[in-house]
Amino acid sequence: MIGLARHWREIPQRYRYEAARCDKCSAVYFPPRLVCSKCRGREFTKTVLPQTGKVETFTVIRVAPTGFTDEAPYAVAVVKLDDSIRVMAQVVDCEVEKLAIGDRVRLEFRKVQQDGEAGAICYGYKFVPEA
Amino acid sequence: MEVGIVGYGAYVPRHRIKVEEIAQVWGADAPTYKKGLRLEEKSVPSPDQDVITMSVEASRRALRRAGVDPFELGAIYIGSESHPYAVKPSGTVVAEAIGATPNLHCADLEFACKAGSEGMFIALSLVKAGEMKLALGIGADTSQGAPGDALEYSASAGAAAFIMGRERLVAACEHTFSFTTDTPDFWRREYQHYPRHGGRFTGEPAYFKHTLSCARELMKRAGLEPGDFKFAVFHQPNGKFPLTASEELGFTREQVQQGLLSPSIGNTYSGASPLGLTAILDVAKPGDRILMVSYGSGSGSDGFVWRVTERIEEVRSLAPQTWAQIKDRPVYVNYGTYAKFRGKILKAS
Amino acid sequence: MREVAVIGVGMNKWGELWEKSHRTIWTEAALKAIDEAKVDRVDAMVVGCMSGGLFVGQEHLGALLAEQLGMGPIPGTRVESACASGGLAFRQAYLAVASGMHDIVLATGVEKMTDVDGGAATFALSTAADQEYEGFHGVTFPGLYAMMARVHMQRYGTTREQLAQVAVKNHAHGSLNPNAQFPMKVTAQQVMSSAMVADPMRLLDCSPVTDGAAAAVLVPLEWARKRSSGPFIRVAASAHATDTIALHDREDMAFLGSTAKAAEQAYKQAHIGPSDLSFCEAHDCFTISEVMVIEALGIAERGQGGKLTASGYTALDGKIPVNPSGGLKSKGHPVGATGVAQVFEVVEQLRGACGARQVKNARWALTQNMGGTGASTVIHLFERV
Repeated sequence: MIGLARHWREIPQRYRYEAARCDKCSAVYFPPRLVCSKCRGREFTKTVLPQTGKVETFTVIRVAPTGFTDEAPYAVAVVKLDDSIRVMAQVVDCEVEKLAIGDRVRLEFRKVQQDGEAGAICYGYKFVPEA
Repeated sequence: MEVGIVGYGAYVPRHRIKVEEIAQVWGADAPTYKKGLRLEEKSVPSPDQDVITMSVEASRRALRRAGVDPFELGAIYIGSESHPYAVKPSGTVVAEAIGATPNLHCADLEFACKAGSEGMFIALSLVKAGEMKLALGIGADTSQGAPGDALEYSASAGAAAFIMGRERLVAACEHTFSFTTDTPDFWRREYQHYPRHGGRFTGEPAYFKHTLSCARELMKRAGLEPGDFKFAVFHQPNGKFPLTASEELGFTREQVQQGLLSPSIGNTYSGASPLGLTAILDVAKPGDRILMVSYGSGSGSDGFVWRVTERIEEVRSLAPQTWAQIKDRPVYVNYGTYAKFRGKILKAS
Repeated sequence: MREVAVIGVGMNKWGELWEKSHRTIWTEAALKAIDEAKVDRVDAMVVGCMSGGLFVGQEHLGALLAEQLGMGPIPGTRVESACASGGLAFRQAYLAVASGMHDIVLATGVEKMTDVDGGAATFALSTAADQEYEGFHGVTFPGLYAMMARVHMQRYGTTREQLAQVAVKNHAHGSLNPNAQFPMKVTAQQVMSSAMVADPMRLLDCSPVTDGAAAAVLVPLEWARKRSSGPFIRVAASAHATDTIALHDREDMAFLGSTAKAAEQAYKQAHIGPSDLSFCEAHDCFTISEVMVIEALGIAERGQGGKLTASGYTALDGKIPVNPSGGLKSKGHPVGATGVAQVFEVVEQLRGACGARQVKNARWALTQNMGGTGASTVIHLFERV
């Protein structure tokens, strides 16, 4: 399972969707980077990702990796956030058979992984259908 | 100086299970629960939802209505009897997720179903005392009833969050009063998965004595009568208890209907009367007075008299309203799925 | 740079090799290549292995495997580039010989995948994706390729049936390969009704979990010419390119940029184009992968990979056969070994030693070995001279 510090240092991204915007060319990076791969700029400003968007592609995982087997089948999608970049996350609270490209979704705070019944819980984001 | 609610938010999971579905598994008589306890169905948290995740969502909604910078929050209190960790606070995760860290006070509270109103009371009191400008009080639970036990028909999940402050109120707090005794009607010992309770002992000497005493004394001190309130909301372990209590106090069905959520979502424990309050704020008009009385086994009740302000009209549509959430595309699960979601199935370790 | 030739290759039948350990599987393939090359020494060894750590709990493979050869304290290097580890090992061996650093270099690849259960294997493979922003969310490799497939299908009208034809073709090829793990033929109907793994990828769209190894001996071409009369298998180009590790960061999720980039470099090095290819061994970890690979290699027009496959263009008797070995689909996919096994097939084909699956008049061949969802690609071109 994920190490404590490894998850902990991603908290700004996983809890608050913090990203970095390149000061020179405005490219957005999630998670933040040290160098812009578009213009090689090294100065960034913190920005928060929009929390709604559209499904660009998705799948339904039926054969799951260790740690996720109890959740299968579950949907994972690449979502283009409104006027922003793409991110990948699960889509929950939906009928997976009816999910479609173009569906509107929004981010919600959920448990993503846990180290068994006794270990630490990794919180983060998942998508849910937009009301 | 007036203090009160600056913003409020509610969160109810999408999944539901019907009373009939539980009753048929245990050979119980569904009408007994439906008519006798006025329960129809209850909310079920999915495996990726817990007190922390629901509290984050409810708090974000409260922040939207409050229109304040989360960094300004001086404290965060989460009341729950189902904190995901026995040791490690829920509040730190919520504070981090809403962007309130690090300059704030944080504590997790527990007092059976009263922990949420406790959080509200402490947050309100600290603001009133001038210790801080804003404070967040949350009631949230994903409670478990033992399989086949009467509580299994009601124990459910939900969260309500309230940001207390001194400016830009949506509801001012006119009075508070708390009533506390030692009454062992319901408990869960350390390391136990399910709670135990005293059956009918949870009624008259426990729920009713505390709820009624608290409400009566609060109204007396405030110089108010049931007729002075547009709405009332009481702790709702089922659909029947709060109606009986309200009748005994002299409230009409109209005054309690809007905040009576338990027939539709069950007993959200620490979230129960706080969620009822959010449903009332969704429709209340400026000037309306609301009586709120919680109850927590063990036992105690916290009472509040709220007076709705003009600003309510500006904020209620800024986040999902409570009844709308309850009715929004509920997903019904069977007992097997519910048992899996709630960790009631013994698996290979 | 010196011209480089492959003078020996080795591999055994792949599959669930319960009785054989990671090191045994590797050593058997290595010795076969060495014996075939008729060399009495190797100057250096490179091994591609994706995850000795997660599959068998063993790292430090450079030393461990070099020792198994019994050829003294030679330099042993382990390289990793997910499923492209084998191709990258071959490239490092090629560079070592071409640069003049070493004369006889053994390029190998190995993976022992069946010592862990399915969930753990799925997890181990998922480490080839961005662990924090893809793997964290429980996505698997079939899931990632499924998402690529969905974009391809939506945008280009690629059909379920066309994807199935990749599996039909490669299993037909594999049925002629004695080393294949799953040499059975399959029908499109069987593919399309097999168990769903990650919609729309079904079991028969996916390459299997395999134990296996492969090896090749590389020497300077001049050195080979002095020893025998040929024909020789010349390494005509070696190219390697990368792309974003996360699928969602890709500019176009339905195009393999790293493969296109590496192919461009390789064709330039060899002064040929895709139409000159006699055949190619492509990284068909999923049916959709081959469709997208042949587009990036310029064999098919962009978006037309499925249609071209269904037309028979890439079958054994087609214009440019793709995966005459049966590919990862039928031959098996011991991830670190795959890139070297592609070289094994190319060498055998160019020698004309492939029997029933022999590509006629083969002169130019291409191997394309890919890691992750295409975050890295290694391409080699070979010519019979």
